Amino acid sequence: MISTVYEKEKREMRQVYAETILELAKANPEVIALEADLMSAITTNKIKAEIPNQLINSGIMEANMMGVAAGLSLTGKIPYVHTFGQFATRRTFDQLFVSGGYAKTNIKILGSDAGITAEHNGGTHMTFEDIGLMRLVPQAHVYEASDSTMLGYLLRRIEKEHGIHYIRTIRKNAVKLYEENETFEDGKGKLLRDGCDVTIIATGIMVAEALQAADILERQGIHAAVIDMYSIKPIDAELITEYAQKTKAIVTAENHNVIGGLGSAVSEVLAENHPVPMYRIGVREQFGQVGKVDYLKTYYKLTNTDIVEAVQRLIEK
Amino acid sequence: MDLEKVERFRDEIRLKTLQELHHLGFGHYGGSLSIIETLAVLYGDVMQVNPTDPMWEDRDYFILSKGHGGPGLYAALAVKGYFPEEMLYTLNQNGTKLPSHPDKNLTPGVDMTTGSLGQGISAAVGVALSHKLSERKNKTFCIVGDGELNEGQCWEAFQFAAHHKLHNLFVFVDDNKKQLDGLTKDIIDPIDFAAKMDAFGFYTCKVDGSDVGDIHQAILQGMNQKEKPVAIILDTIKGQGVRYLEELADNHHIRPNESDTAAIEQAIHELETKLKQEVGG
Repeated sequence: MISTVYEKEKREMRQVYAETILELAKANPEVIALEADLMSAITTNKIKAEIPNQLINSGIMEANMMGVAAGLSLTGKIPYVHTFGQFATRRTFDQLFVSGGYAKTNIKILGSDAGITAEHNGGTHMTFEDIGLMRLVPQAHVYEASDSTMLGYLLRRIEKEHGIHYIRTIRKNAVKLYEENETFEDGKGKLLRDGCDVTIIATGIMVAEALQAADILERQGIHAAVIDMYSIKPIDAELITEYAQKTKAIVTAENHNVIGGLGSAVSEVLAENHPVPMYRIGVREQFGQVGKVDYLKTYYKLTNTDIVEAVQRLIEK
Repeated sequence: MDLEKVERFRDEIRLKTLQELHHLGFGHYGGSLSIIETLAVLYGDVMQVNPTDPMWEDRDYFILSKGHGGPGLYAALAVKGYFPEEMLYTLNQNGTKLPSHPDKNLTPGVDMTTGSLGQGISAAVGVALSHKLSERKNKTFCIVGDGELNEGQCWEAFQFAAHHKLHNLFVFVDDNKKQLDGLTKDIIDPIDFAAKMDAFGFYTCKVDGSDVGDIHQAILQGMNQKEKPVAIILDTIKGQGVRYLEELADNHHIRPNESDTAAIEQAIHELETKLKQEVGG
């Protein structure tokens, strides 16, 4: 991990996507990126001229785009599909499930504008369920990128891996967490900070919140471990179990519904291996709405203060 | 095209389809039988395929978007030599390689998993796009059902195919006039498939889907142009080729009663006799 200043990166996540796609497409003619009329939103419009035959705007037809991706993969092409997370998953769920997962085709999916970061697009565009949906696809790999280094690494790594890979990301600037040379294995979590009293397991924008919560807790004499669980499926059961044994309490934190996402995945591991007291920070029985990230973080109780309070309640028990 | 050879191939596919479904005891008779002539022309003449090497890189692709016609496709693949004909009798049995809807990971010769209507056509478009981008000569053939065209995804795929000028894509609309719950005109009136496909930017023609010569001619005409994807509207009858089944009201999925069974067995007998006589003659 890089530092504890929690500064926003200069490079936006969408730039990372566009630049990495350009790099992959130039190196491999089989790489084809598909968009559903959101090229400007993810900045792939800036690379279109350089790879005109490897970047295709399917128009506003996500279901067909997913099927076309499946068809492309039948002939050895390597399709990367991008749209906002809710269109990439809940709108096309049967297409990615049947033409994708069930047919064992090869599709890499980027779902952008994770959760509350959809901001002013509001409830229709705010997905708190994409990770849950994607976890239900047998053999699918599900990740949430927490910074630009990780997003670039994951996009490169999945090129050579067959199957359905879903990466959830925000579009704009993440908090810098990793050095450029950091690597990210499939099915592994990253221990960012060690501790012995509680473990906070987080993904995406909640990783920085978890680290800040750990700073606050440290000042209170509570030593919190923090894990970035970017690989939500497969999940690092070994690390979760180890830290359940070591710290005896777990708090998960996600910019997603507590049902189906990281909290569910972690609690499944704990229930089967080493049950300990836990609490899931996340969205509970609510839809999205318009608002700035800071407002929505407070509204849905996704702040570092919410994490601190959850830890305090858990430890008091 | 060797008409006699393709007509014989057609009769063999129809016979095997009936035997396969009769052995199972139930199934999608109607929509399997209405595509037999098209399958016969494709696998008997038009398509470049190699049954001993189903994944041959230079092959033409076939995707049955109306996946419930799977039993008809399996019969065509078996007669063509992709797998032993006896395997047809494992249709839908536990652990089978022939599920009611095609699965590319189970059956030799099946290019794409289909059955969730509307999805096969998008995959076919993806295959055709890939070959166009790579400047390969492979063609892609796809059969969609008339009822299947209720699905919006089909029309997304058609827009995409026309925009990308996928002249290497041949879409057959099996216009057998019925879907599961009744007549297409009573459920969602198609009004005019040919006019629609033409308006969507396809090179379109309408043929008698029970005439292998007409189907073949339409495909050749489609191959002569290089600007548009091709749509061939097949004027067919659900249960095609077996008069009794054609006249049966609910013939999408049949669980035959006694008289149905007798008629199916009679049709099997007639086809067997015809094929034997042809061999003898």
